[in-house]
Amino acid sequence: MSERPAPIVTEDSEPFWAAAAAGRLMAQRCAGCHRMQHPPRPMCPSCHATDSEWVELAGTGSVYSFSLLHHPRHPAFDYPVIAAIVSLDEGIRMVSNLVEVDPGDVRIDLPVEVTFAPTAGSMALPVFRPLPEPRP
Amino acid sequence: MIALADAAAIVGAGQTEFSKAAGRSETQLACEAIVAALDDAGLTTTDVDGLVSYTIDPVEETELVRAIGSPQIAWSSRVPYGGGGSQGVLLHAAAAVASGVARVVVVYRAVKARSGARFGAAQAATRPTSAHSGSTAMQWLLPFGVLTPASWMSLNATRYMHTYGVTNADFGRAVVQMRTYAAKNPNAHFYERPITLDDHQRSRWIAEPAIRLLDCCQETDGAVAFVVAGRDRAMDTPEPVMIAAAAGAGLFEEEIGSDHYRADLSRMEGSAALAAQLFGQFGITRDDVDVAMVYDAFSPILLMQLEALGFCGFGEAKDFVADGHLGPGGLLPCNTNGGLIGEGYIHGLNLTLEAVRQLRGRSCNQIDGARTALVTASRTGVILQRPDR
Repeated sequence: MSERPAPIVTEDSEPFWAAAAAGRLMAQRCAGCHRMQHPPRPMCPSCHATDSEWVELAGTGSVYSFSLLHHPRHPAFDYPVIAAIVSLDEGIRMVSNLVEVDPGDVRIDLPVEVTFAPTAGSMALPVFRPLPEPRP
Repeated sequence: MIALADAAAIVGAGQTEFSKAAGRSETQLACEAIVAALDDAGLTTTDVDGLVSYTIDPVEETELVRAIGSPQIAWSSRVPYGGGGSQGVLLHAAAAVASGVARVVVVYRAVKARSGARFGAAQAATRPTSAHSGSTAMQWLLPFGVLTPASWMSLNATRYMHTYGVTNADFGRAVVQMRTYAAKNPNAHFYERPITLDDHQRSRWIAEPAIRLLDCCQETDGAVAFVVAGRDRAMDTPEPVMIAAAAGAGLFEEEIGSDHYRADLSRMEGSAALAAQLFGQFGITRDDVDVAMVYDAFSPILLMQLEALGFCGFGEAKDFVADGHLGPGGLLPCNTNGGLIGEGYIHGLNLTLEAVRQLRGRSCNQIDGARTALVTASRTGVILQRPDR
């Protein structure tokens, strides 16, 4: 696999990607009403505060939905790409990839935890892998 | 009833050929479709004083007018949401002529979606924002290899399948019906090429477990245009079709790609909100609908819209389809041109064209006595009616 393309960084998303590059999963929380939100945005849609805090997430959640992407193919990715919408424990969702899992084992409600995949430009993406099964 | 009801009509409809390689610019395609639509209406480019297209359409108003030669444009607008906004162009046009800000409005969409920039291409280049609504959300998809409309939508569809116990073969039964209609439509890419459910189930996965190759619409080159005028003026044209209802419903975080954050992806809530408007304030009920055109860029959203629009309960579309209700003798004959899957993909506007053909009695799969046609595209829609004359 060639290198994954770097994400686009905007004024609103810069803290998210800076954290990811440092191996941390963070999300925006409204400083006014403490609403967690992702993707980040310049104003809280609930209370209209423009101040926000960036908080570190537990990095655990479960698969809300997924898709095994077979075609078309882009040279930067391994196929099938395992795309997933992950419901994080803090109550927000993130579209990401599942890694370290057989495509045939992916299912809705699968418990997952964050890990990081490097990209071009010395950046990184938060991606998710199955949580280890608890020992009986 | 709101003032928009029956205030405007489609007085002319035009198109180019649909192909895989048009061999000319989108602007030329738009010009050709517009002139054809004006000819159909018995009007000329001199009559045109309004323009509407999609935000994503590449044809600039200035270049278009320079080619068709309209002397004075009083008003123009563009509609967001890509194909989901495709019926919004008629809402805008109807609202413009109803308000009096324009008198003869041309709506158009021109694409070279096969020979030019393909919708389904694997492009990983991300942009923070662009003129195309929804593209801001793409910065949260493309870095993860989630590159195409099929991939964005398949995430919703997998959840829908999980919630209601739907299989890809359930989608396939709708595709077989679309292809059966397309087989009789010489304008369709899949003219004389019907398929069986086995054919569908043998086609390769695009986005497993929701979307196979034959669940996808056809990337197409071509253009479609309509001429919209006020009711009084419309009655002086040869074959008007009334815009009995027109509505749009853009919900919070609901555009393709940005909707992944909404609470329940098993339901197309934008379509439910759209239906509440279309069937709530224009004096028309679902039972009045003789034939429907429902945006089928990918087959899962056809079933999901049937539910959200209220033609069956949530989770029941698979049975509604299996019982043959989309066919010629069903409760809701649907996408009689073959749909976007069977005819081609002029970004949804060719569905409106088929609705006009049905109401003029000239569909290749004519529904006897069709008087009322519904056209919906996720979050925008119109109800067209043959006028009583």
